[in-house]
Amino acid sequence: MGERKGMEIALAAAEAAALCRPDVVAAYPITPNTHVPEHLANIVSEGKLDAEYICVESEHSALSACMGASGAGARVFTATSSQGLLYMAEIMSIASSMRLPVVMALGNRALSGPLNIWNDHSDIMSQRDTGWISLFASHGQEVIDMIIQAFRIAEDADVLLPINVNLDGFQLTHVVEVMDFPSQSEVDAFLPAYKPFASLHPDHPCSMGTLGLPEIYSEATKAREVAIVNSRKTILKVWAEWEKAFGRRYEPVESYKMEGAQEAIMTMGSMGETAEIAIDALREKGIPVGLLKLKLWRPFPYEDVRKAAKGLKSLLVLDRAVSFGGPGGPVASEVRSSLYGETDRPAITNYIFGLGGRDVAVEDFIKMFEKMRSGDKKRSKDQYEFYGVRGE
Amino acid sequence: MKSKKWPEDWQDVNIGCIVSNPGSAREYHTGGWRAQRPICDNEKCIKCGVCYIFCPEGCIIERKDGFFEANLDYCKGCGICAHECWPFAIKMVEEG
Repeated sequence: MGERKGMEIALAAAEAAALCRPDVVAAYPITPNTHVPEHLANIVSEGKLDAEYICVESEHSALSACMGASGAGARVFTATSSQGLLYMAEIMSIASSMRLPVVMALGNRALSGPLNIWNDHSDIMSQRDTGWISLFASHGQEVIDMIIQAFRIAEDADVLLPINVNLDGFQLTHVVEVMDFPSQSEVDAFLPAYKPFASLHPDHPCSMGTLGLPEIYSEATKAREVAIVNSRKTILKVWAEWEKAFGRRYEPVESYKMEGAQEAIMTMGSMGETAEIAIDALREKGIPVGLLKLKLWRPFPYEDVRKAAKGLKSLLVLDRAVSFGGPGGPVASEVRSSLYGETDRPAITNYIFGLGGRDVAVEDFIKMFEKMRSGDKKRSKDQYEFYGVRGE
Repeated sequence: MKSKKWPEDWQDVNIGCIVSNPGSAREYHTGGWRAQRPICDNEKCIKCGVCYIFCPEGCIIERKDGFFEANLDYCKGCGICAHECWPFAIKMVEEG
């Protein structure tokens, strides 16, 4: 049986990774994710985990070391945030192209500049198109669960792709929660040993990460796109098995009080927890509003979004990142794409807020919801709007 | 390039584009990239082997008679051998 205990979520992320018995951990500490590699280093040095802990000199090396080890057939884990992720950027696409199932805990933090160590989603959005599977946790329990699920999904013979588990910096990484930790035997039963599709071994020589000339690059890229789109099946299968084993249900788009809802708010990450309280307050006033929480960012769950939005009059999509000079927030952009072909679709309002650690309170969700309903004529043609920014 | 076979369709691409037949890079003749070829005047050549050492492709071989020769299947025509040849025995000449 597992154990229920209170712990800082970053430490819990390290504990969850350790339960998966990685062979190699390579990470470089960076705020707000420092406690993940730090705690893993302790776990290894105390002899509780038989893993090679590589103290690399940078994030570029951290991901490179993970890929080398993964290529040799090891189960690997890394963790980073913000500028650290950008330092990995050169390697990100190579990891997915080489189909190496690296698992990363990504403590989401705003990108510089101005220099900021606090939470938003600009880091992962900058690496959105690198071919990694992306999961978003909204609380500590999901962080533990998703990290364990991530190894199963990434290493599945039908997937073989790297995966990042996103946990909001500080809002999650530095918060102490009471969580259920599965036992080692439960994790062992859920997560079989990694069977690499090929490995660097002198007895079976092969080359990985070779040159791809124009004659092959397009075919290789299409194969990679099909792989991530198809990973959805495995993600759903693993989530169904997780529910069976641990009783906690995971869906690409989680619904909260959507029964009879005519309007809804959509969130991704930890803000969904605060938004639930706002939904409770609005429901108490008799307003039929619900909450949709996006858990799967890549591959984007188009069909689930369409299903969830069916029958809604309006949908308020909240983004913690901006695509400069583009369509506003990245989540709203995908949601609009999902619904473009639908005849019966809700009006979509997109607010960008909570950037660089700006606090988001329950009242803010209520205010944003009321602002959307008031249908501010002056801005009605706007694709999106910043909420809570000083100055008109 | 004569025997090089690309995977026909995207479905045929190996997972992660791995190459499982060792030494298959040999089948790709980079000599096709060449615009200039090295020509060695063996009257001037002192058999020092500097061209052999500096060739980034490793395509220069030492013949039995001690002179050096570039394998034109792989020589990209970079001209480093000609640049490094201090007795000025190697000249780059236009292809075609």
